Order: sequence, then structure tokens, then C-alpha cells
Amino acid sequence: MATKNSKKLTLLPKAIIPRNTGVDLDLDWVSSIQANTSAIERRATTIASRRSIKKQYQAAWLIQAVRCMDLTTLSGDDTIGRVKRLCAKAKKPISKTLTDKLGLNNVKVGAVCVYHDMIETAVSKLTGSGIPVAAVSTGFPAGLSPLPLRIAEIEYSVSAGASEIDIVISRRHVLTQNWGDLYDEVRSFRKACGSAHIKTILATGELGTLRNVARASAVCMMAGADFIKTSTGKEPVNATLPVSLVMMRAIREYHEKTGFKIGYKPAGGISKAKDALTYLSLVKEELGDQWLSPDLFRFGASSLLGDIERQLEHYTTGVYSASYRHAMG
Amino acid sequence: MSVKEILDSMDYGVAPESAGEAKKWLLKHNSSFGHFIGGALTSPKHGFKSVNPSNGEAIASLSQATNKDVNKAVKAAKNAFKSWSAVNPHERAKVLYSIARLLQKNSRLFSVLETIDNGKPIRESRDIDIPLAQRHFYYHAGIAQIYKSKIQNMEPIGVCGQIIPWNFPLLMLAWKIAPALAAGNTVVLKPAEYTSLTALLFAEICSEAGVPDGVINIITGDGCVGEMLVNHPDIAKIAFTGSTEVGRVIREKTAGSGKSLTLELGGKSPFIVFDDADLDSAVEGLVDAIWFNQGQVCCAGSRLLIHESIEDKFHKKIRNRMNKLRVGDPLDKSVDMGAIVDKSQLTRIKNLVSETEGQVYYAECEIPKKGLYYKPTLITGLSPSDKLMQEEIFGPVLVSTTFRTPKEACDLANDTTYGLAASIWSENINLALGLAPKIKAGVVWVNGTNMFDAAIGFGGVKESGFGREGGWDGLKSYLKHSINFSANKAKIKQSHSNQATVNLDRTAKLYIGGKQARPDGGYSQKVFDATNNYAGHVPSSNRKDIRNAVEAMNKASNWSTSSGHLRAQIIYFMAENLHARREEFSKRIDQMSGNKSGKKEVEFSIRRLFSYAAWADKFDGSISGVPVRGVGLTMREAVGNIIVFCPSSEPLLSLISCIAPAIAMGNRVTAISPFVGSLTATDFYQVLETSDIPPGVINILTGNHLDLAPHASSHMDVNAVWSFSEEEVTKTIEFEAAKNIKRTWCLKNIDWFDTRAEGEMFLDAATETKSVWIPYGEG
Repeated sequence: MATKNSKKLTLLPKAIIPRNTGVDLDLDWVSSIQANTSAIERRATTIASRRSIKKQYQAAWLIQAVRCMDLTTLSGDDTIGRVKRLCAKAKKPISKTLTDKLGLNNVKVGAVCVYHDMIETAVSKLTGSGIPVAAVSTGFPAGLSPLPLRIAEIEYSVSAGASEIDIVISRRHVLTQNWGDLYDEVRSFRKACGSAHIKTILATGELGTLRNVARASAVCMMAGADFIKTSTGKEPVNATLPVSLVMMRAIREYHEKTGFKIGYKPAGGISKAKDALTYLSLVKEELGDQWLSPDLFRFGASSLLGDIERQLEHYTTGVYSASYRHAMG
Repeated sequence: MSVKEILDSMDYGVAPESAGEAKKWLLKHNSSFGHFIGGALTSPKHGFKSVNPSNGEAIASLSQATNKDVNKAVKAAKNAFKSWSAVNPHERAKVLYSIARLLQKNSRLFSVLETIDNGKPIRESRDIDIPLAQRHFYYHAGIAQIYKSKIQNMEPIGVCGQIIPWNFPLLMLAWKIAPALAAGNTVVLKPAEYTSLTALLFAEICSEAGVPDGVINIITGDGCVGEMLVNHPDIAKIAFTGSTEVGRVIREKTAGSGKSLTLELGGKSPFIVFDDADLDSAVEGLVDAIWFNQGQVCCAGSRLLIHESIEDKFHKKIRNRMNKLRVGDPLDKSVDMGAIVDKSQLTRIKNLVSETEGQVYYAECEIPKKGLYYKPTLITGLSPSDKLMQEEIFGPVLVSTTFRTPKEACDLANDTTYGLAASIWSENINLALGLAPKIKAGVVWVNGTNMFDAAIGFGGVKESGFGREGGWDGLKSYLKHSINFSANKAKIKQSHSNQATVNLDRTAKLYIGGKQARPDGGYSQKVFDATNNYAGHVPSSNRKDIRNAVEAMNKASNWSTSSGHLRAQIIYFMAENLHARREEFSKRIDQMSGNKSGKKEVEFSIRRLFSYAAWADKFDGSISGVPVRGVGLTMREAVGNIIVFCPSSEPLLSLISCIAPAIAMGNRVTAISPFVGSLTATDFYQVLETSDIPPGVINILTGNHLDLAPHASSHMDVNAVWSFSEEEVTKTIEFEAAKNIKRTWCLKNIDWFDTRAEGEMFLDAATETKSVWIPYGEG
């Protein structure tokens, strides 16, 4: 195992978690990774029935889901007005009435995630809130623009104020098992990010097999990813529990071998509070409590928040809620 | 705890399932129960307590059945059998369907009741036990509807005595009652004394489902009640699930009684992990294998065999996973492991673990102070000779050792007296599918574990028992063959004169390992023909000749893996060679019987050889519709070494009728001919010698059946004993077979000319089914 990486550790802005420096590409490690689809599906389907989170515990877990949320808008029709509205919601995702009843203050989301052109708006709107701005980059969602442009795009976004960059990998490198090229690509993106936090989007719905997902996860982490993320939200299949299980296990193995803790971000398709609880319990079981924080876990979601707000209102009032009772994002 | 505090700890908290409805149901019965006999609950008497093992509370008082109760229940079942076995299959299907529906409608009540009675986590009773029980009734409603179109010449057996264990109370009840009723039998079932409540709730829904009075009877009590059932003369079949120890006693007690018997006993099932497996998934498999139901599972993957190169890595993964397991109140929906069923069981586990020389690792988890809990445990550093690698613990204790090669993995897997189940973990299809047939077990899971379904057989080989539950084979365990028996018992000629024939002396010998052999004891017996003239001497075999024959059979083990085509060629060749000598055999038969039936018997014998040559490559396994993406394969495998006690009637036809199906299916066989008629058998080895049969595949002994029966059926390396001999022989065989839970098949007075004395009945006996679960898919 080639872990002769530099032990010189840099620190993430708000975390005391040592930042992943990456390690040399280890092809023996990559090729030894297995993922048995049927067994993974079995584990994934029982996680929801193995853990049940009720009452005040459920309320707390849902608040934690909000804190771990990358509130996202990634549409061709995004405007400055739309992004301002989203940022306002990011600062106050839960109504004050609810947070008061729960005995909490200052609940905010993990980040706001936008396209490059919206960074400036988001940064100015979120100044002082402590909420980072994440930008999707590198020819998102397909990632097929020229490599120098993709690298330049990262640099543009970083200088525009994005502190997290969600890059997309070249799926073809995974599909052709071209691990060297994948490693070099992510390494160059990482370099371009500088001190900004890099999330590598695998687009798992386009990788064909869970084995590919597992191997691509490992290569991205070796190349220095801070987070590994499932999807762009634009693929036909986005985050699923089996894919999450595979990526979490990859993170666990990377941690065991290198000591670095890598974050996980499922994105797309998670829209129910109950699903959020299932994902969080999978994180707790497979990775441990430390991963249950925005430093190491994010939901990429646009409609999840609404359902969580309704569930929280139900918890505080005992009455089922309606979406119009909660402010739009 | 406030939301703010929880946000710091991110604990799960508690999520208790309410026991309210179950308690209401108990109160409705004043928490005290009688038996369910003839469609009604009797008034409670001779009470004993049923305890919730998670907190020690007595939750109900149950009745200990007396002899009188047992008689009453068996009588009710006997009376009901007449009409239930004759009723239109559709009527039986409707009743089973109603039971399934009612189980579904009351599923939460059953789940909660099971959990407070047994101590298993509510997740398991709710998501596994109760849905599988329903599935069994649905499946068998279908079986009742259509089985007669698939199975001919079989009929229901009669009153079935069913004795079930405490680990899966309702599920085991379903596995027993559903096929028994579908086939047209009636039952008297005894649940385990620790866990009878769901059976009594089940009794209540029987009336609602329209089960006719007496078709299902449920009596409660301890092992004494089971014993009464086992010994009851009006019970035609005993089906038992439980320990090998008790199974052995039941085999002995039923010996010679004519009762049909199926036993589902203990196990020490291997869980084999190769270095190319998805190790994280394999660890999760272990959770389902050994920490499912507190490890109190007969087919638990309790014996971990790890590829030596990954031992440390895999152990580390297991320990990390163990530390995440939550042990506690079984009604809590976030609990992985509940309470051990009874104090005696907990003590047994503790004692076994305390004696081990291995390194014991307990999960770093909290367990409640009150109640019968035991931490998930891993014991490493053991070798196959250690007690805990051999003995069933029946608790959440995993023992581990390593192997170097696939062959060594297989040898270790088979290095046990048990043979219930096995799990194989590898991403290499050649390795996994190649190993599955080599492991001696009734069920093999590839990259999975503890998968069950009504559509596929479950059951063991070796000392894990015999008989299958589920699928068509499970149904057959509740049917018997309807076949004509000879009206006249074969005349056994024992009178003799000393008048010698003037022919040149011909020395009949034994035929062992492809060679003619003199009997070890050096004794022979004269045999006489129909006119009481001396016909020749035949050897008197003794136990050493049996030993030699078994050794010869062992050496011929390759026969079992030879192709059906090859076996067919050889059987055809036997027919050819018999045909060439048909006149000589025909004369010998006429000489010995005094009839003129020799020609016909030889003709039938040749036909029969043709039949089994035909069957050799056509008695196929099957693929069942199990609810996984993958296949549930039923493979038919040779039983192994079979000893047959041949009848004296139709000496050639009966000999061939026994030998041919056995070898066609890949078994090695030793036929023991009684003195009467044995000259035909000894003549026959000359046919064998010219037919290219590999040495040891067929061995022929002659001798006194009663003398030889104990040695044949107690031999540990014999897998099955068949007898078409006298009743006394049957009794001895069945009794002695209990030593290693051998398969026995004893019938008498078969009319060998009957076409039903050929085919499926024999092929079933000559094969063992193995269920192989192969989930697949890549995506």
C-alpha cells in the first residue's frame, strides 16, 4: 500500500479534521475492491427497518439533516432573485416558531450550491452567516469540456468566492478502467481548488456497476477528494441506498488505511424526511457518529427541506402539517 | 432528553413497540390456557408458567398435557382424517388460504406475542418470522389446489405428530402444519414449553379460517408430552425439529413402529470467506448468520472459515461490526439482538464459552442488567479439534479458523457430524459454484445466508437429520407411496435334505471391490432348491465383510461425480450381458422357485435395467420460484454409500430393482442377499464383472439379515440402509440407524412386477436434495 504521502496536514476552514492530502495511486488496492450487488442491496433494504428514530430523537435527527443540507438550485432558469430567495431560506430554513419550540436557535443549512454565475450573488447574500457557497464546476453535469477550461472554471469559481467546489469526473475513465487518468484528472482539480473544499461527483447512475462506484470512490480519495458525492442530479438514477452503502464503505476503508476522514454527499432523489433518517442511520452504522455532521456529511437536495419542516411541525403540534405553512426557498 | 442534547449525542433513543394488544389478548384468556383439541380450547389444568425472557415476568400459565389429553387429541385427529383426506383439494386450498389471510390480518399481534414470549427482536418477528409463516400457508394453499396433477401414486399418511422448537415458534408451526394439511393429513402439534403462545393464538384463528374440528390439534407441555406423541400407536408420522440428541431418541423409539419420520436437527454450519469476496458484505452476512435470533438458529453460520491471507483484516472488520450491534429490550424497534430464550440456555452458552482455549472477544455494547442477555461473541485462534469448532453452541457465539486452499475449505466444512447449511463468499463464480456441490449440507447459500422460502426445500444431511420442509420435496415428506404389495408373503424355504447334486461344484463367493472374495469368517451355508435338493454353498458374511464392502464403496467415490451418461452406458451394458445369459438365469430362478416364472423375471429385469439406464441422466433437479433475484436451485445428489437388504422373492428382479436406481443416481451400493435366492445374486456378479462397473460401485454379500443388520446400520460411513426384508430386520435397522441419523427406507412384500416398483419412489430414495441459493446481478 502506497501511503507514503506527506504528513504535512492542512486544516479545513471550520473543522479540526485533518484535510485529505491524497496518496499515491495504488492499483493493487483498487483492483482488490469488490462489491457484491445482491448482498449490498439486502443490507441497504433492511437498514430502514433495523433502526427506528421516534419523537424528540426524530426531531433532533431531522434538524441535523437540515444542518447537513446543501440547499441547491442548478437550473438553466436560475436568476439572481431566485438565488437570493434560496440564500434567505438557507439562513432560516426552519421557522422561528418551530425552532423556539424545539429549544434551538441559529439553525442553518450546510451550504448553498449553485452554478458559477450565481456565486457572487450567493456570497454577498450569505456574508456573515457562516454558510459556505458551493459551486458545481468542471463542465457540470457531463464534464466533457476541454480539461484546461474545466480547470480554469474551478479557478474562476474559487476567485469568485466559492469555498466548496463540486466537480464531475470523466465517467469514461471509470468505464474503461483507466484509473491513472481518473487519478490525474482529480489531482489537477484538487490543485486548482487550492484551499477550497473539493467534492468529487461520481455520477454513479452512469458508472454501470457498484464495483465501478467502489473503485472510482477509492481513486478519487487517493487523488485528494475532501468529499465524494453520488450524482449531479441530472442522471436518470441519482443517490440510492446501495450506492451510498458502497461509497461509505469505501470511505471507511480509506480512513482505516490512511487515517483521513472523507465526507459523503448523496445528491438527488432524497425528498422525504423518512429517507433522510434512513441515510443518517446508515451513516451512523457504517461510518460512525463523527460523520453525522456537516463537516463530513451533506445531503444534496432541493425539496427535502419542505418535508422536514412539515414533520417538525407535526412533532411540535401533534397535527399533520401542509406545505403552504412553511416559507418557500 | 432535549432536542439540543440529542443533537450532541445523536443517539437513536428508544422506539418501543407497544405490547398493549398482546396483553389484552392474554387477559381475554385470563392469561391461562388449555389445549386445542377437536376444535375447542380445553380448560386450563396442570399449569406451568410461560416467562418473558427479556424481563423474567411470567406472562401466562400453560397446561401440561396428560396421557388422556394426548389420546383425546390423537383421537380427534384420527376421526377428522377420514373426511379431511377425502375432501376436494380446492376445499383444503380455501382453508389454507384463509389461514394465510388471517395471519396477515393479525400480523402485528402475532409478532408482538412472539417477541414477548421468545425474546427475539420485534424487527425479526415482524419482518421475518411472521411474514414467512404467512408465505408458507399461501404457498401450500396452492400446493393443496394442484399437487395431484403433479404427484401421482402418493397419498396422505394419516395423523401427524409434530414437535417443534422454541427458536421460531410460529414459523416452525407453519413449516409443519401447512404441508401436512395441504397433503390431506391431520395433525397434533406440540409447541416447545417455553414458547407456546403464538401456537395458541394460531389455534384461535383456525376456527375462523374454517379448519374442520380435529384437523389441527395443539397440545402444550414439556418433552414428556412429545414422548407420548412419539409412542402413540395411532400416529402415522412424526415430524420433529430440535436437537440431534432428542432426534436420536425419537429415531430409536419409533424403530419398527412403521411410523414415517422426518427430523430437522442441529448444525454447526460453515461460513466460508475467500480472499476475493466482498468482505464488508460477508461481515454483514455474518450478522444475519450468527447474530440473527441471538444465534439460536439450527442453520446459523456459526463456524467461520477464513482464507488465511485475510484473517486479521476480516477479524478486525467483524469486531468493528459487532461493536455496532444493539442488544436490549426486544420490543425496541432499533434492537439487533434480544434475550436468550431461557436461563438454562444462557447457562449452557456461558459454560461452553468459559471452557474454551481460544481468544474470546465480546462486543463492546451495553446489555441490560435484568433479563437473559448475552453479548455477541467472537472466538478466534481455534483449530478444528477444539470442542467449540465441533459442538453446537446455539447462541450468539461465532468461532473461527482458517484455510489455505478451496480444497482445504471444503474439507474443513465437511469435518463435522452435522450437515445442515453452508455459506460461501467469493466473487469467483467457478470457485463458489464448484464448491457448492462438494459441501455436505442440505442448503448452500452463495454470497448470502439464512435465506428461507416455502418454495424450496430446507433440511439436512448427516446428523442434521432427514426430510425436507418446503417445496415439492417438503410435500413428499407428508405423503406415502400407494403401491400394490404381494398378497402372499414370499415363501421362505428352510427345509433341506442332504442329497447332493452330481454337478461339478461351483463356489459362490462374495463380490467386494470388483473382486470375488471368500467370507472373512470362513463359513458357508448350504442352499437348496425348490425340490429341496442341494443347490450350492453360499458364503455367510460377517461384520468384517460389511466393513470391507464399505471400504470398497468409499474407494469408488468417483462414481458419484461421474456423468449420468457414463452411468447409463454401464447399466445398458449390464442389461446387454444379462440378456446374453438370460437362459442360464431363467433356469436358476425356476430351479430355486419351482415355478416357471424365470423367463418373465429375467425379461422384467432387463427392462428395469433399461429404465434406470434411461433415468441416469434424466432425474433432474429444479429451479424454484424463490423471492430473490437469482436462482433457488434444487440439486439432486447421490446419498453416498447404500446398503440394501434384498428380499428373497424374485431374487433377480428385486436385486436389480434395488441396485440399478442406486447406481444410476451415483451411489455406491452393497446388496445383501438372504441365503434363499442368493445363488442368483452370486451368479449375477459374473454379469457385473463383464459390464465395466468400476470396482466397489456394486458389492454383493450373502448372509443372515438379522445378524448383519446391526453392523450395516450402525456403520458410521454408511449413508443409507434400505430393507425389503423381514420386520425384525427393519426394527433393528431403524434403531441402529439412530447412531448417526442415517437415512433408512424399509418396505416389505413389494410386488416387484408392479410398474410402480420402479421409478420415482426408488429415485427419491437414491438421492438427497440440496438447495443452493444463488443470488445474482451486477449493477
